[in-house]
Parts: sequence; structure tokens; C-alpha cells
Amino acid sequence: MAEAPVLAVRNLRKHFVQRKGFPNPVTVTVRAVDDISFAIRPGEAFGLVGESGCGKSTAARALLRLIEPDAGSVTYRGEDVLAARGGALKLLRRKLQIVFQDPYSSLNPRRTIAQTLVEPMQVHGLARGADALARARALLDEVGLPAAALDRYPHEFSGGQRQRIGIARALAVEPELIIADEPVSALDVSIQAQVLMLLKDLQARRHLAFLFVSHDLGVVRWFCQRVAVMYLGRIVEEGPVEDVLHEPLHPYARVLRDASPVPDPALRAALPRIEGEIPSAANPPAGCHFHPRCPRALPACRESFPATTEPAPGRRVACHLYPAEDRASVR
Amino acid sequence: MSAAPAPTGNGAEAAAIAEDSPAPRRGGLARLVGLFNANWTSWAGLAMLVVIVLMAIFAPLLAPYDPLDQSILNRLKPPSADFLMGTDAFGRDVLSRVLYGARISLIVAIAAIGLAMVAGGTIGLVSGYVGGRFDVAMMQAMDVLMSFPSLILGLVIVALLGPELRNLIVAISLTAVPPFARIARAPTLAVKERAFVEAGRALGFSHARIIFVHILPNVMSEVVVMGTLWLATAVRVEASLSFIGLGVKPPTPTWGGMMRDAFENILDAPWIAIYPGLAILALVFALNLLGDGLRDATDPKLRGE
Repeated sequence: MAEAPVLAVRNLRKHFVQRKGFPNPVTVTVRAVDDISFAIRPGEAFGLVGESGCGKSTAARALLRLIEPDAGSVTYRGEDVLAARGGALKLLRRKLQIVFQDPYSSLNPRRTIAQTLVEPMQVHGLARGADALARARALLDEVGLPAAALDRYPHEFSGGQRQRIGIARALAVEPELIIADEPVSALDVSIQAQVLMLLKDLQARRHLAFLFVSHDLGVVRWFCQRVAVMYLGRIVEEGPVEDVLHEPLHPYARVLRDASPVPDPALRAALPRIEGEIPSAANPPAGCHFHPRCPRALPACRESFPATTEPAPGRRVACHLYPAEDRASVR
Repeated sequence: MSAAPAPTGNGAEAAAIAEDSPAPRRGGLARLVGLFNANWTSWAGLAMLVVIVLMAIFAPLLAPYDPLDQSILNRLKPPSADFLMGTDAFGRDVLSRVLYGARISLIVAIAAIGLAMVAGGTIGLVSGYVGGRFDVAMMQAMDVLMSFPSLILGLVIVALLGPELRNLIVAISLTAVPPFARIARAPTLAVKERAFVEAGRALGFSHARIIFVHILPNVMSEVVVMGTLWLATAVRVEASLSFIGLGVKPPTPTWGGMMRDAFENILDAPWIAIYPGLAILALVFALNLLGDGLRDATDPKLRGE
């Protein structure tokens, strides 16, 4: 890692505690995000993949403090995001932006596109009046929408167009890192490609870093440089996208990769299956969370959660198949 | 999508956007008016309300006599060409008093419901947005307030503070705060979960900005519809309080007060009670028709959304 990371996340944790039942309430702790660590370099697109419910969206929200995390640290260029208050937090909010999955609920139906784009600039004192409107027009142009869109309301646009508006809104405060939470999963496949092209374009033009949360390995392979695979609140493998998806080390990453369909009819029969359902995050299996479904489980997997090791340069994995003796442990 | 998306040129992308454009839909307001139109009774209600409001505003021009002028010679005169609605026990013209009485009814109802909308709406928005124990405590306080019938609560407050116009307005608005708090809170709970609220927080907007600039416009229609329906209740409560002597003090003409004064001579001179009674009926009826029409027009089930 030559360049200093733009965003460093260390041991981020978010547990949801629920008390249910009467007259004897039972406390249920859902370990949505359990001690995850990763770093994103400037201009890099970092993928976070995993099944539904593995905690990837919670992680994205926790590091932006849309949900307050329970423990861990998040630093943006050395600045502590989790301790920031008031003006310092507002300044950080400018630098870290988010694009949402659902383009229908992410825009206020009662506000015109102009209002939606100008408001963040005013709140952060970046521009006002005619100047702000000119900037809004430039933003729309940048995301491929005509200036005529300014006076319209969100319901007049399609899903793909709304997603572009959501991206423009995020860009309005000139962020350095955009958290894209499944930004294309709600769109038609043809529109997905356009929006991804746009994001890739912006990444290059504005030197933006991305945290790209997705369950779609194909999209992540195309968009990201590095990727982390999450399972039940933990990162099980991390590394360059080509290596991780081409030759996964962790059995879960392999199973996930193999379950992702390949557009080749010759390989149709070869699709393996993941055995069983994803366990509840409220009651994860002891030891390595993946061992009940793992094709290569060892006795040790039942006992303890594996430490994160670095079996190859730049690749980290949390699995007993790669014991720490081989190479120095990262943690 | 299994493979990497095929890169497309920018030209192809732009062309696809044009195809992507949906046909422009009718705006929210146009649709509302359409549904409002579908029901002629709501227009009748609006027309009646406008007539009553104009009568109140132009009472000095329309009234044939001074509503306070007493005349011993013209006591208890039945309706005639000189006195279209007759005269009361003090020889005052009933028509003039009915016209002026509309002012009190409208002022009290509008001021009280306006206050209740602002106070109740704010409580509901903040309570729903904050959530948790604060929300539970606020809503239980509202339930306690709501458990008193509005007439009884109004009566207690006016009896404590004294029968003045200002106290009357405060008393009636207080009884109407809980329903506004509830009607504002329910949609707030739904709206605050939408991603644009999260986007606002991510953009560093203050909670006040999110509540009043972003959530409020999305719950406004419910609150306004409720307001129209509660205006009718406020008119009724004001008339009732005046009737039992806790309204604006005599000799200021109020519809409820006129009906009470008419009681002594109700068998000999029923017109003194009938005309203010009809006026109350007309105003309450107009407000209910209007409120029902607005409610139907904003009801998502009837809009087919």
C-alpha cells in the first residue's frame, strides 16, 4: 500500500439488540457488522460483496454514521469520523457521500430537481442563487441529463434517470469518496450498464474513490479494483478483484463465485450449490460462521473463528485452511 | 447480470436516455382537483363556505341595522319586510346579528384550528421523527388530552381562564391538538424511513431542516384535510360554549349566544332561535362537505396509487 488510504475502517462493529417477548423478554443480539477492517485508497473502487443480510449495507451506513456503530474506528485522511461533532462532522459529510439502491425513495417527491441539487450547496455554503443553479445545470450535464430537468419533479423521471439525479446530488458537495449501496440492483440490465458507465466515468474524471456495495459479482469484477467478501457480519476474504474472483482462497468466496452464473451454455450443468441456508445473524454458528455449509470444514472450524492471515501479498483471508504459520498475520 | 456490462459509447447512451423518458404524468395538484371535481358536493360545500365568509367580511355593508341597536318599539317582531328575520327581545335586528355573528364563529374556528394545526403538527412531526421513548411519552400525553370530550375540556379551560375571545380560541385549539399530532405523526413514521431522509442526513442537513423542509410537505395534505373537518367541530364547540354562556360576552352577537337569548321567548318568537341555528347548520354542513371532498381527493386508496 504505497498511497495513504482515503478511508480506513478498523474493527467496525454494529450489533442490533432487541428485547422480545412477554412476560420474560429475551435479548437477541444481531451481529450485523462484526469487527470488519478495510482501507480504500484515493481513486480506488473497493467492492463489498456478500449474500443478502450479510451486513454489507449496515457496514456502509455505519461508517457514514447514518447508523451509529458500536465500536471500531473510521478515519478519513487521518480524521476520526466517529468522534466528529457539529461543524467537523458536517465537513466530513461533504467528503463522504452515498448513492442509494432505490431510486424511487431516494428523491423527495415534493422537491424539484433544482431544489434537490441546490440545497446541499447552500447548506455547505458552496454556492447560492444563480451561481448554484449554474452548478446544478453543470452537474446534470455531467450525469447525462438535460438542463430542462431542473424544473421537474422526481415522478417525471424513470428509475435510471432518478439514479443519475441521485448521483448528481451526491456530487453537488464535491465528495472524495462515494459509497454506492447497490446502486444498480434496482435498475433494468440495460440501464445498469449506462449507470455503471457513468460511475466509471466520474471515477476517472473526478478521481473519486468508491465503496461499492453489491451482491452482483459481475458488476463488482468490472467496476472495482479490490474486493472484500462478507459473510454474516465478517469479512472472510479481501484482495485484488481479479485474484479473489478468479481464484478465491476462502471456501465461501469460492462457493459464491461458483454460484454466480456464467454466460456460457457449455458450463450449464456445472453450477454447484451452496448447501443450506444462510444462518441467522442473531444466532451464528460457533467458531467459523461458515463451517456448517463449508465443503472443506476442519475440526478447528467448529472451535474458533480463524484469524486473518495474508497467504499472498495483498490478499487477506480468514480461514483455518490458511494457518498463520505460513506468513505473518496481518492483525 | 453475470458478465461485465458491455461498454457502450456515449452516443448510444444518450439515445437510450431519450427512450428511457416516461410520458409526463399529470402533476399532483391537477389530479387532486380532478378528484375534487368528481364530487359535486365538495364544490357545494366550498360555495357555501365562500358565501358565509363574504357575508362575515361585508357584514357592515350587508346588515340593514346596527346589530347592537336596541329598540323598545320593535321588540319580538316576526319576520317582515322591515326585519327579514324579525327582531329579538331587545328589538335588535336578527338578520344583522346573524351576519355579524358569522365573524365570531369564523374567527374563533380559524384561529383555533390554525393554532392547533401548527402546535399539533409540530408535536406529531417531531415525535414521529425522534421516535423511541420521547414518542411514546408524547403520544400518551396526547391520548390523555384526547380522552376528554372537546366540549368538556373547552368548558373547563374557559371556566378557569374567563370567557374572553382569546381564551375561547386557546381552549378550542387545545382540544384539537391531539388529533393533529396523530395525523401528522403517522405519515412521518413512514416518510422518515424513505432514503431521501437518509440522503439528507448524509448531506449534513440539520434535523430541523429534514423535519420541516423535507418531511413536512409530505404530510401536509393529511393535516390540511383534517383541519377542514375540525373547523366544523370548532364552530360547533364555539356555539355550544356561547350557548351555555362561556363564549364571547354579550352584547357581541354570536350564534350560540343568540340561541340562548332566544330561549325565554322560544314559543312566542321562535325566529330568534331558528335563524342563528340555521346559520350554524349551514356553516358546519359546508365545512363537512368540503372536508369530505378533500379527504376523498387525497386518500391514496381512492386515488388508486
